[in-house]
Amino acid sequence: MDRFDLAIIGAGPAGMAAAREAADHGLRVVLLDEQARAGGQIYRDVDRVTGLRGDILGADYTDGARLTARLRAEGVRHIIGAVVWAIEEGFRLSYTREGRGAQLAADRVLLATGALERPMPLPGWTLPGVMTAGAGQILLKQSGLLARRAVLVGSGPLLYLIAAQMVRAGVPPLAMVETQTRADMARAMRHLGGAVRGWSYLAKGIGLLAEITRARVPRYRAATGIAIDGEGRAEAVRFTSRGRAQRIACDTVLLHHGVVPNTQAARSLGVTHRWRADQACFAPVLDTWGGADVPGVFIAGDGGGIGGAKAAEHAGRLAALRIAECAGRLTEADRDRRAVPLRSALSRELAARPFLDTAYPPVAEALSPADATIICRCEEVAAGTIRGHAKLGCLGPNQAKAFGRAGMGPCQGRYCGLTVTALLAEANGRSPDETGYYRIRPPLKPVTLGELAAMEDTAPDSAEQERAT
Amino acid sequence: MNPALPFLELEAAPRVPVIFDGTALELPEGANLAAALLAAGVGVFRQTPVSGAPRAPFCMMGACFDCLVEIDGVVRQACMVEVTVGLEIRKPHGGDLGPV
Ligand SMILES: Cc1cc2nc3c(=O)[nH]c(=O)nc-3n(C[C@H](O)[C@H](O)[C@H](O)COP(=O)(O)OP(=O)(O)OC[C@H]3O[C@@H](n4cnc5c(N)ncnc54)[C@H](O)[C@@H]3O)c2cc1C
Ligand code: FES
Repeated sequence: MDRFDLAIIGAGPAGMAAAREAADHGLRVVLLDEQARAGGQIYRDVDRVTGLRGDILGADYTDGARLTARLRAEGVRHIIGAVVWAIEEGFRLSYTREGRGAQLAADRVLLATGALERPMPLPGWTLPGVMTAGAGQILLKQSGLLARRAVLVGSGPLLYLIAAQMVRAGVPPLAMVETQTRADMARAMRHLGGAVRGWSYLAKGIGLLAEITRARVPRYRAATGIAIDGEGRAEAVRFTSRGRAQRIACDTVLLHHGVVPNTQAARSLGVTHRWRADQACFAPVLDTWGGADVPGVFIAGDGGGIGGAKAAEHAGRLAALRIAECAGRLTEADRDRRAVPLRSALSRELAARPFLDTAYPPVAEALSPADATIICRCEEVAAGTIRGHAKLGCLGPNQAKAFGRAGMGPCQGRYCGLTVTALLAEANGRSPDETGYYRIRPPLKPVTLGELAAMEDTAPDSAEQERAT
Repeated sequence: MNPALPFLELEAAPRVPVIFDGTALELPEGANLAAALLAAGVGVFRQTPVSGAPRAPFCMMGACFDCLVEIDGVVRQACMVEVTVGLEIRKPHGGDLGPV
């Protein structure tokens, strides 16, 4: 089995920056990602994007090519299309690539698995035609596709980003159904100092809003009672805004109310997670280098707490410095000296977060959905069923699996876990930490018998799509 | 480019024949399969094993499993597959894929 000093999972900004930094200090680094090209969610397929698509996506996107280019320099073995499904103590990584299982070993692991869209269970959210806003963006980045008749629903900066990109492409959304209220903005003003320190975010946000306004995209604020109508597919969005009932016909609905850490891999390793009230999600407990409470396990980027792409890059490099020091490639003094500019850049990046998180909070009716709303997409379990479990004495998500099938489908709770925790916590009058989260066990993604049968015990040496050194 | 289809394609690419549920389609070679099917007007990728409800891609990042299709007898996430010539794609039968 091939052995590396460091295995990094996830080739987004955090993983790419960490790989470069660690390799520059002489570590043997392997970088695995299930996607066919480096970039992660924000810079998805940045190396393939053409002129027009690049103009639509903007400079914050094309900037990612800086990171992918550095990945091609020496020292990093990037295995593309590798779905990592088990990480065992020691560390032994199992992954599937092109229908074959493979394994490799590493002294340390860095989880840079990024974020998932926050689950947004609203009536009708399982209908074909309803997608996450991130999915809408992936369609644009990766495939040059834009929804012709879309309504954007929810809150947060990413919603404005995709709306502006659609405007630039000449297919503006039919409407924006926004849930944030004046009261949210008033509360956010307490954090204005931070927002001013992170002024570039504010300036960008104002620029995006100006583009959307110029294109005369109707914006409905403080929307409530949101539901997606349709027979067999999404046909309209219904809601109330400023006391008036609205119904907007459309083909595509893009949902978004923030992103949350993707904690699957970290949880499978037994890393401790705590509820972060400021971001309304669980995040792993980490030291200032991204070190977790399982020896040899590090976490960087949005998987460690939402901070955005630039913060992910800095956090990735900080973790790499600490790992290089642990491996004896850097002195403590050297590590600390190199960390200084990264730490101040990181804190600048995070300065605007409290303002943004307060001004664009998650949608209340999606955090505590109506009884009839499906919350587990895979097994089609409704919110009322989970509340029923609580009445029968169910305290936590793992126990809920004894009562019903929520979280037992192929997505392994990725799009219901936070909702189940919230529903049980609310019904039992307990905190999210007391309520807990699903126990995650490998395989992190379903593995077929055929993939296991084709298991090789080393990574392929010269597969043509790999970049080896 | 058919304006009745729900998605606008910014660029044209060379196409290859594939079959989806018995229907012949021409999809851009090397494109993401889920995206290519959506652009070709495929609105429903599968029915759920629980209630038979129709589903189509939701996350496009390999996390939700709503884009499951069957290719050569193997149930796979269409958003994690690239279009190659002659793919024979079916709606998955016998429901979802479970971990072994
Ligand atoms: C769909 C989506 C779109 C987004 N778009 C934007 C945007 O346009 N602008 C913006 O500022 N922010 C965007 N974000 C927010 C985004 O989380 C961050 O800006 C940034 O991408 C975080 O970087 P990262 O390195 O932490 O993780 P990511 O960029 O998310 O990279 C994580 C990588 O890990 C890989 N991975 C995860 N699990 C496994 C596994 N088990 N095996 C193998 N590989 C794995 C993934 O394939 C992915 O490439 C988006 C988020 C999402 C979810
Ligand atoms: S669309 Fe979610 S897994 Fe493919």
